[in-house]
Amino acid sequence: MNAPLTPANGGCRDAPVLKERGQREVFCGLTGIIWLHRKMQDAFFLVVGSRTCAHLLQSAAGVMIFAEPRFGTAILEESDLAGLADAHEELDREVSRLLARRPDIRQLFLVGSCPSEVIKIDLARAAERLSQVHAPHVRVLNYSGSGIETTFTQGEDACLASMVPVLKDTTDRELLVVGALPDVVEDQMLGLLAELGIGPVRLLPARRIDDTTAVGPNTVFALTQPFLGDTHAALERRGARHIAAPFPFGDEGTTAWLRAIATEFGVSEATFETVTAAPRARARKAIAQASEALRGKSVFFFPDSQLEIPLARFLTRECGMTAVEVGSPYIHDALHGPDLDLLPAGPQISEGQDVDKQLERARATRPDLTVCGLGLANPLEAEGLSTKWAIELVFTPVHFYEQAGDLAGLFSRPLRRKTVLQLEAAE
Amino acid sequence: MKLTVWTYEGPPHVGAMRVATAMKGLHYVLHAPQGDTYADLLFTMIERRNHRPPVTYTTFQARDLGSDTATLFKQSCQEAVDRFDPQAIIVGASCTAELIQDDPAGLAETMGLSIPVIPLELPSYQRKENFGADETFYQIVKNLAQPQDRTARVTCNILGPTALGFRHRDDVEEITGLLSDLGIDVNVVAPLGATPADIARLPAAHFNVLLSPETGESAARWLEKTHSQPFTKIVPIGVGATRDFIAEVATITGLPCKPDESRLRMPWWSRSVDSTYLTGKRVFIFGDGTHVAAHARIARDEMGFEVVGIGCYNREMARPIRALAKEYGVEALISDDYLEVEQTIEALSPEMILGTQMERHIGKRLGIPCAVISAPVHVQDYPARYSPQVGFEGANVIFDTLIHPLVMGLEEHLLTMFRDDFEFHDDAGPSHHGGKAKARVDDVETPTPQPQDDNIIWLSDAEKELKKIPFFVRGKARRNTETFAMEKGLHEISLDTLYEAKAHYAR
Repeated sequence: MNAPLTPANGGCRDAPVLKERGQREVFCGLTGIIWLHRKMQDAFFLVVGSRTCAHLLQSAAGVMIFAEPRFGTAILEESDLAGLADAHEELDREVSRLLARRPDIRQLFLVGSCPSEVIKIDLARAAERLSQVHAPHVRVLNYSGSGIETTFTQGEDACLASMVPVLKDTTDRELLVVGALPDVVEDQMLGLLAELGIGPVRLLPARRIDDTTAVGPNTVFALTQPFLGDTHAALERRGARHIAAPFPFGDEGTTAWLRAIATEFGVSEATFETVTAAPRARARKAIAQASEALRGKSVFFFPDSQLEIPLARFLTRECGMTAVEVGSPYIHDALHGPDLDLLPAGPQISEGQDVDKQLERARATRPDLTVCGLGLANPLEAEGLSTKWAIELVFTPVHFYEQAGDLAGLFSRPLRRKTVLQLEAAE
Repeated sequence: MKLTVWTYEGPPHVGAMRVATAMKGLHYVLHAPQGDTYADLLFTMIERRNHRPPVTYTTFQARDLGSDTATLFKQSCQEAVDRFDPQAIIVGASCTAELIQDDPAGLAETMGLSIPVIPLELPSYQRKENFGADETFYQIVKNLAQPQDRTARVTCNILGPTALGFRHRDDVEEITGLLSDLGIDVNVVAPLGATPADIARLPAAHFNVLLSPETGESAARWLEKTHSQPFTKIVPIGVGATRDFIAEVATITGLPCKPDESRLRMPWWSRSVDSTYLTGKRVFIFGDGTHVAAHARIARDEMGFEVVGIGCYNREMARPIRALAKEYGVEALISDDYLEVEQTIEALSPEMILGTQMERHIGKRLGIPCAVISAPVHVQDYPARYSPQVGFEGANVIFDTLIHPLVMGLEEHLLTMFRDDFEFHDDAGPSHHGGKAKARVDDVETPTPQPQDDNIIWLSDAEKELKKIPFFVRGKARRNTETFAMEKGLHEISLDTLYEAKAHYAR
């Protein structure tokens, strides 16, 4: 009962996918550092890259977070490239300096960038060496956030995947919830799971290194973010099993996500109903209010964070919108399949991007709302289209019941604003 | 390798984008990986531009590296020319593409395009954003400017304003008005608003106004050498500099140049008695070289401040800023290390900072008011209202900008008189800045910072008295007293020492 019904016209899982490659108007994976460094309070992210990398992090942060941030860039200089300086010696020096200045740092991530990968600085080797030097106080890991390898949210995926091999072993039957969530949302989720009697629950990423996240053959894991493909694979390699489910956006997504876990842990239907009835009712009410401006309107997603498919499912099924095109940087069947099953057939599903061609399609269909990156939003507004800039969806608490209304509100606000503004002369 | 937390300038290809985005009918084909497109949002979000920057990124990925990124470049280049139909293109590489050495310039030349192709060599691992803009503009001018006769009337070009510049939009309007007042027409403004065809017409002007040396000087020097166009050396920011600029223009043109000063309010605003409280306020000035030099003069000569330190982040301006610092009797700080700037400010403990958005944050942390006078920019630096920095209206605007962050004259006195008042006290902050006033918290021991000299201790009476001094002068009082004590060879600071020091430094 109450299980989400597959749409009458069939879902989108088998719909043909338009695959494009060309200019991509998306961030690279370094951007994930902006939220990861707030989430992991004893971690420092050291990008080994160029001035461009440093400039990107500063610009993407929008408002610069001027409490001394727990990230920085070791900027490669001419001498590093010309082989005059040994990059590894230079890196060791900078890391020692950094760790001396910041004794609160317990985990250090060396983050690869486009230049460090092109000149082949072996950061895995560096991480191993530095780990030996600074253990046990500091653990040093590495991952790539480079634009030649990763798109925007794939940076978080690469970061979490790098942590999987060093997680402690366990043979206990535990639930591991994977994906960085705002603390308030994470606490709500833990509350719901506790009420359902599911536990122990472990988190990746944990807020601090000493937390007890472990993995093993009896671990089952659920993903809260749809962009964690590599982490998914790494966990399976450690013997853990994935609980496939739609992502916890909106009433329906949250319920389906919780139900999949509840079923896995043998929670009774009665308990499930008791625990979820009240927050579900609140979520429905909030969505109904916040989605008034969305009903009957069309939406077009440019690829950005891989949240597009689950969000399109939420907007079409719970907010009364019609999807015209749903673009995602990558589509991963094991992760996106359950949401594609529920997304009513009709929209063009596209993967990758050739931005100028996609802009032509958006202009041709003139959707009521276009979800796109910061580089495109104002230019499209100037052409008369209403837009929702996608990065806000990654930076705002939007998961689970209590945020379902806020999520609908993020999409309806640009449309409401358009009706509120009266800048013409009164007749 | 150098660890950087925040940067004052982006990479040089962002400078090239500032020129390309400022212009019309020009397209930039940039060999770059995905992710470098972040730079678009600098223009569409920070500057609120309603068009995408005219930049095509080749967007190569790891899997392309082994195969043929050169073909990808040519393909992107051809598609950009077909789609956007520009009058000319500039081609170059971002930091990563520089490493794979595809030679975009050479590739574009072999394509037989019917429009001018201007190659850019911007060394990403040595130079920065301002260099990138200056060099790009220079290359465009060098490639496109055509020898021709001068215009019949006396005309000039305005050189240097770019996209994402600090108030360039309004500065162009203000200086155009000022020049028109002097009987001089503007031939071309470039790069802001110019097309490649306009660039070709640059040599028709009688002289050049170099509005922004950071981004226009190489082009101005080339035009002087090649087309015998003199250029102005004074940037008219501030009352004195504007008057000097007008005199310079008179010398170049031989015109009488009598400006209309009826809208200039700044000198009277500064002389009026309400401004007395500004006298001798200790200010630290940091930003790009041009704005710092202009503001040093404004601060000392037009506002009556005491300049306690100046510096700039762009090494290209190191020499003039060092010379200027000597003239002002202070140390010049030439650095783009944010933490070094913060340390310097902390050590100097000025009463006010004239700086960039970065120093605004430093000021917030240290409790020092800051007025923003220079790039790097933030969305707040693009006000909807007319807000130039140059010329007479610029001088008016700057006066307002510099006094806004301060506690105003009478309020300053009241804070001193009623410093124990429960709601009108130090921690409440300037009353015109909004924010909820904090009620005074009694009996909270704030940690006392370490004195400059370990041999000096503050006796409790003196320390209590120090805390009664308003926050905006407390740092200075502490420093002065400690310096005074050190000079006198004292190891303890008593209440008497505090007041003796006060008398010693009285002015």
